[in-house]
Amino acid sequence: MTILKVDDIGIAFGGVKAIDGVSFSVDAGQIFSIIGPNGAGKTTLFNVISGIYEANRGRVELSGENVTSFTPDALATRGLSRTFQNLQIFQRMTAVENVMVGRHLRERCNLFADLFRLPSVIRQNRNTRDAALNFLGEVGLRGSADMLAGSLSYGACKRLEIARALAAEPNVLLLDEPAAGCNSVETEEIDRLIWRVAEKGIAVVLVEHDMKLVMKISHRILVLERGRLLIEGSPREVRDNPAVLEAYLGKHGARQPARA
Amino acid sequence: MLARLSQRYGVLIALAAIIALLPLVFPSTYYYRVASLVWVSAFAAIGLNILMGKAGQVSLGHAGFFGIGAYAAAIGPAHLGLPSLAALVVGAGFSALLAYLVGRPILRLRGHYLAIATLGFGALVALVITTESHWTGGPDGMPVAKLSLFGWRAGGSGTWYWIAGGLLLGGAWIAFNLDETPTGRAFRALHDSEIAARVTGIDVNRFKLQAFVIAAVYASLAGSALAMMNGFVNPDQAGFLHSIELVTMVVLGGLGSVVGSIVGAAVLIMLPQFLTVFQEYENLLLGFIIIVSMIFMREGIVPTARRLISRGRA
Ligand SMILES: Nc1ncnc2c1ncn2[C@@H]1O[C@H](COP(=O)(O)OP(=O)(O)O)[C@@H](O)[C@H]1O
Ligand SMILES: [Mg+2]
Repeated sequence: MTILKVDDIGIAFGGVKAIDGVSFSVDAGQIFSIIGPNGAGKTTLFNVISGIYEANRGRVELSGENVTSFTPDALATRGLSRTFQNLQIFQRMTAVENVMVGRHLRERCNLFADLFRLPSVIRQNRNTRDAALNFLGEVGLRGSADMLAGSLSYGACKRLEIARALAAEPNVLLLDEPAAGCNSVETEEIDRLIWRVAEKGIAVVLVEHDMKLVMKISHRILVLERGRLLIEGSPREVRDNPAVLEAYLGKHGARQPARA
Repeated sequence: MLARLSQRYGVLIALAAIIALLPLVFPSTYYYRVASLVWVSAFAAIGLNILMGKAGQVSLGHAGFFGIGAYAAAIGPAHLGLPSLAALVVGAGFSALLAYLVGRPILRLRGHYLAIATLGFGALVALVITTESHWTGGPDGMPVAKLSLFGWRAGGSGTWYWIAGGLLLGGAWIAFNLDETPTGRAFRALHDSEIAARVTGIDVNRFKLQAFVIAAVYASLAGSALAMMNGFVNPDQAGFLHSIELVTMVVLGGLGSVVGSIVGAAVLIMLPQFLTVFQEYENLLLGFIIIVSMIFMREGIVPTARRLISRGRA
């Protein structure tokens, strides 16, 4: 069942086309990877899908609903969740509070009840915290629950962002280079985590430079080059495609710099 | 979380104890007045700190709301036949409404632009107060009726000390309450990363507006209380210097810290009293002390002290 449908998206910055006519669709439970050299437009595509940028043309559908040009919070309400390539954690909040914010849409939020911290607010807070602790457990950060997020290691912050995104119980999850800057053990953990997420029926869209990880876990792979779709297919089809070898692996080398 | 919760109630109990016991060491009734002034200013600063320290939005015109509260307490009984307490409530309601209407467009601005827009708002309120002299007494100000509740009149500085102290306790309690609620978390989240807050489903404009309205109501109530306490209002209370004073209390005491706002208010109210012996150098010295404190305690007095204490323990 198609959850996310992207149709003929185009966006330009000052006349330069960052994304030019990209279409794809992702099913529930599918791991859909987007690869391409630095500057290909992967993050930009995520920013369009999650409502941070407004596309110049094209259409985005979530569960059949046209959500083109919706605001990020309206998209979150409809089950879209994401992480960021450049960390966007809430530094001055604890790890568990970060994940509790992820459950914002699952909570009742009433200003007057909150100002007086009514019993219902205290009860809800306890439930939210318990749920958040479980999500922290899923990414292996339960032991750091009450640490300030700003004091966590880079790899831990990456996983904290995933926990926060999962806490919303989304049906589409966009992950922008979750394994960047992580060591091999952490990458292995993220690999298993993504599997578990997809098994729950969540559609996962993954942008990742670690080709081993991508080839291993993806159902489908889309190759982006300078804002255009080069090829979309199974890991095998993509790996064996001469155009991909030429344009992506050939020119830039299999050992991409982890940064982008 | 439990530790933090009890710590919070600990702070409230300590604050209540300080308010209750402080009069024992007052050498004269004059100190009741100074302390009451600290409590009222601290109350306004706590509200502004919710906006600045929690939600991360600046307001350089907050004395505008303080002035509205003050003049509501003056105009209500004098011109509209309202009892003082009703005037205070009407003033707070008017401030909330105005904050909502003004905040909607300007809170979409960021950083310096928001600072200038709020500054303009404050200037506008001060201007209206100075020019509408048949209502406000103009630049000279106007007298304020004494607060009376069911025939009992709040008179001397002793009575006001307790009213202001109670107000401060209530204000601190609400600010603490907010911290561990969806609203409080939304404030702090949008402060740290607006973009992450938005993709998490937080309607950032709505929460910025809520923080702005809360801070406006705090300032308005503080203004009403001060007006009734002084028995007089003047346009300076809505003026730019007072706005800056409130921001200084918040930043000097520590952004995001309730205790910090109380300490910041205490320093800014009491320091000038100590510095009067330096006569014409008073303001110069006050400015110098503030600059030096900000250089050496960039996070503000209370967060710096807390860090030093916990480092000493470790
Ligand atoms: N806000 C923006 N303003 C101008 N150019 C942008 C903006 N966002 C992205 N771009 C440009 O779009 C192109 C694609 O960038 P990006 O999506 O970050 O690539 P990737 O994530 O694939 O490495 C780059 O040339 C980048 O400079
Ligand atoms: Mg990128």
